[in-house]
Amino acid sequence: MRFFLRRLAFYAFTAWAAITINFFLPRVMKGDPISAYLQKNQGKVSPEAIDSLRTLFGLDSTKSLWQQYIDYWGLLFHGDLGRSFSRGLAPVTDIIASALPWTVGLVGLATVFSFIIGTSLGALIGWRRGSRADAVVPIATFFSTVPYFWMGLIVIAVFSSTLGWFPASHAYGKGSAPEWSLDFILQVVQHGALPAITIVVASLGGWVLGMRNMMMTVLDEDYVTVAQAKGLKPRRVLVNYAARNALLPQLSSFALSLGFIVGGTLVMELVFSYPGVGKLLLDATTAKDYPLMQGLFLVIALAVLLANIMADIAYAILDPRTRQMEA
Amino acid sequence: MTADPLLTVTDFSVTYEVDPPVEAVRNVSITLERGEILGLAGESGCGKTTLAYGIQRLLKPPAVITSGTAVFQDAGGQTIDLHALTVEQMRRFRWDKASMVFQGAMNALNPVTNVGSQLDDVFLTHRPQMSRAERKEECARLLDMVGVGRERLRSYAHELSGGMRQRVMIAMALALKPQLMIMDEPTTALDVLVQREILQQISDLRHEFGFSVIFITHDLPMLLEISDRIAIMKDGRIVEIDTSANIYHHAQHEYTRRLLSSFPSLTGERGDFVRGTGHGAGAVEENGASR
Amino acid sequence: MTTLEFSHVTKRYRVRGAGDMLALDDVSFTLHSGETIALVGQSGSGKSTIAKILTQLERATTGDILLDGKQIPRRGKGLRSYRQQVRMVFQDPFASLNPYHTIRHHIERPLRLDHVVPSDEVETEVRRLLERVHLDPASTIDRRPHELSGGQRQRVAIARALASRPSLLIADEPVSMLDVSIRLGVLNLMADLQREANLGVLYITHDLATARHFSDEIMVLHHGVVVERGKSDDVILNPQHEYTRALRDASPDPDKHFADPSAPAPTRS
Repeated sequence: MRFFLRRLAFYAFTAWAAITINFFLPRVMKGDPISAYLQKNQGKVSPEAIDSLRTLFGLDSTKSLWQQYIDYWGLLFHGDLGRSFSRGLAPVTDIIASALPWTVGLVGLATVFSFIIGTSLGALIGWRRGSRADAVVPIATFFSTVPYFWMGLIVIAVFSSTLGWFPASHAYGKGSAPEWSLDFILQVVQHGALPAITIVVASLGGWVLGMRNMMMTVLDEDYVTVAQAKGLKPRRVLVNYAARNALLPQLSSFALSLGFIVGGTLVMELVFSYPGVGKLLLDATTAKDYPLMQGLFLVIALAVLLANIMADIAYAILDPRTRQMEA
Repeated sequence: MTADPLLTVTDFSVTYEVDPPVEAVRNVSITLERGEILGLAGESGCGKTTLAYGIQRLLKPPAVITSGTAVFQDAGGQTIDLHALTVEQMRRFRWDKASMVFQGAMNALNPVTNVGSQLDDVFLTHRPQMSRAERKEECARLLDMVGVGRERLRSYAHELSGGMRQRVMIAMALALKPQLMIMDEPTTALDVLVQREILQQISDLRHEFGFSVIFITHDLPMLLEISDRIAIMKDGRIVEIDTSANIYHHAQHEYTRRLLSSFPSLTGERGDFVRGTGHGAGAVEENGASR
Repeated sequence: MTTLEFSHVTKRYRVRGAGDMLALDDVSFTLHSGETIALVGQSGSGKSTIAKILTQLERATTGDILLDGKQIPRRGKGLRSYRQQVRMVFQDPFASLNPYHTIRHHIERPLRLDHVVPSDEVETEVRRLLERVHLDPASTIDRRPHELSGGQRQRVAIARALASRPSLLIADEPVSMLDVSIRLGVLNLMADLQREANLGVLYITHDLATARHFSDEIMVLHHGVVVERGKSDDVILNPQHEYTRALRDASPDPDKHFADPSAPAPTRS
C-alpha cells in the first residue's frame, strides 16, 4: 500500500510539473503572436474568449503572476484550453476531443494488438529455440526496419489503388457524419484497416525480438528447469513459468509506446490523411496556432503520464517483488 | 544391505557437443538400493550434476546422452527403462517417482507466483482427480511438515529466507511421495546451523517415507556423516564407490585420499594441514590446470 | 611492528521503513603484524561489515580504527599509505581481477603507484612476486585472468596484495569459491607468506575447521557481537559460548562421527 501511495504522489507531482511548465512556456516566448492576432481580428472575438486567451498566455500584465497562475488552473478545471486561431476560434478542447478518439482508437488498438501478437509469437519462438520458427525473426525485423511512409505508400498502391479492397484515406467515407450506426461503424473499420495493419506490421518485429530474447534468458533460469523436472505439461511451463517472467521487461516498453500513441503517429496520419492528433499538431504548428499547440502539448504530456501509471499498476500486479520493495 | 535395487545405471555417458566436445560423464555404472542414501562427491566440473540431470533426462542441448541405460524398479514391481519412455511418459514419471531438490533454492522458485501455487502445480498435473480443497489441504500439510508453516502458502520466494526456500523445495519434492529424491547441493548456500537442521529433516523424512536419496555435493565431510555409500567422481568417471566407513577408513583411490585430506579435521589432529611445516607445500595441487 | 586497532566500533544501517539495523555492536580487537586472527561468523553476522570498514569502503558509526595508534585519514596521501599497509584479498578471484588486463599489469600497478621499487626493477619484482606465490612467471605473466584456473587467479590476487609490501592482510573468505582440493594449497601458501613477511592476517571465514588450523586466535561473531574469542584450539575444542558450541556441533566432523562407538551405522546424522 505504501508503494502505491508513493507512486501516486510521484505522478501527482509530475502532472503538476507538466501543467506548470505549460503555463510558463508561452510567458517566456519572444514576441506576442496572441496580441497581434487579437489586434488583427478585433470585433470578431468574443469577450470571454479574449479573457481566457489572456489568462492562458499571460497577456494580462495588470495581474500578478501568482493570480495568473491561479486563474490558469481555474480554466483547466473547467476544461477550457482557449480558442484555436486556425479553426475559426473553436474551443481547443472541442478540437482535440474530436481528433483524440480517432488516434486513440486506431493507433491504440493497433499497438495493443501488435504487443499481444508480437509477445506471444516471441514467447513461442523463444520456447522452440533452434527450430524453424526462428525464421520469423528476420522477417519481422525486416518489416520493422522498412521506413514507415514507404510501407504505407506501397500498401496503398497495392490494396487500394490496384486491388481496390480498402479506401486509401480518411477515417470514414465522404458525406457521412459520425453516428452510432452499423453502416458508419463498417466504414470506420474499412478505412482503419490499412493504417492499423501497417502499424502492426511495422512494430511487430520489436515485440517479437524483445520477447524472444527475454525467453532465452529466462529458460536458463533454475525455476524453469524445476518446472520441467516437476513433470508439468509443457504448456504450463511455457506460460506460468517462462513467459510470465519474460513478460516483465516487455511491459516497460509497452508503456512507453502507449504514451507515444497520442503524439507520435504523424507519419501514419499524413500518409492516410487520417484525422488524428498528430495531423492536428502539424496543422497547428504550420498555422502558428499557439492555443491549439499548447493544448495538445498538455494532452500529450498527460497521456504519457497515464500510460506510465497503467504500466506501474500492471507491473505491481504481475511482479510481487515491486510491491515489496519498500517493506 | 539386501540387494533390492531401485535404480540401475549402466555404462552411462554424456557429451557436450561443443567444439571440442567435452565428455562430461564417461561410462558410469551405478546401482542405487531402495531406501539408501548414496552420496555423489566430486569437484566442480566432474560431471556429478550432469549425471543426475541425465538420469532424469533433463539435459538441454548441447548435452547429449551418448550411451547407457537407466532402469527404475518401481515399488509396484514394474521395471521402467527411463530412456525408452516417450516424452509424455517421461513427463508423467518425473516427480511422481523421482523428484529433485536443486542447488541454492535462490532461483529454484518462480519469483512471480506464490509458494502455494507452485506446490499446487504438482498435484494439479499429477493428481488431476484431487479436488481444489484437497490440494490446498495437502499443500498446507506439506509446508507444516517441513517446518515452514501453512501460513506461508501465499508467500513469494523473496519473502522467505534461504533456509525456508530450501524447505519449501523439499516439501515440493516430497509432495507425491516419490521413491527417489535427487538432491544437488541442497544445503551449500546455507549457514551451517540451517544446513544441519535441514539434513536432520531429510534424514527423519527418509525414515518416515523410505525413499532413496542421491545426494550430490563437494562437501565430503558432510557426506561421510549422512550417506550409506559414497561414490567419488572425477573427470566424468566414478573412481571409487564404497560404504562411508570404508571410504573414510580405507580409501583405495589416490584421488579419494586427496579429497579427504583437503578437509582439515575440525576437532581431530591437524592432519595434512601444514601450517608451520615449511615452505612450498601449496604448489603441489594444481600443476597448470587451467580452464 | 604494525598494530591495527579496531576500537569499540558500532555500525548502524538505516533501513527505510524498518528503523535501524545494528550490524556491529561495540566490536573491539587488535591485530599485530606476525599474528593471524580468524574472524568466524555466518552470513549476516557482520563479518563483511568489518572487512568493509577496514578497507574504508564504509565508515563506522561510532568507534575508532587506529593504525599504530593514529586515526586513518579520510582521504589523500594518508589514506593511500594506510591502503599500502593494509591490503585485501577478496572472495571471488575472478571479480577482483580485471579481465582486460594481463597478470603483469595487475601486479605492476601497485608497484608503480606506491613506488615500491625503482621503475627499471619493476619487471624483476613482478616475476619475483609470481614466484613467491608458486606461479611460473614465464607462462603466466602475459596471460589474462580468464586463462587461469580459480586457484591460480587467487594466487595472483595474493601476489598483487603483497606487491606494496603491506604489513597487514585482510583475507575475506579467500578460498570459499575455490575447488575443495586446492583450498588448502592456497591457505598453506598464505600461511607461509605470513611467516616469511611477518604479516598480520585477519582471516574472515565461515569455516571453523580451517579457522582453527590456520590462525592463532579465533573470534566468533554473532549478530554483530563478538561472543567468544581465544586461542584457536580452545575455542573449537572447548567452546565457552553456546553459539560457538552450536556452530561447532553443526559443522561436519567425520573424525568424531566415526570415532563415536554409539553411531556405528553412518545412516543417522
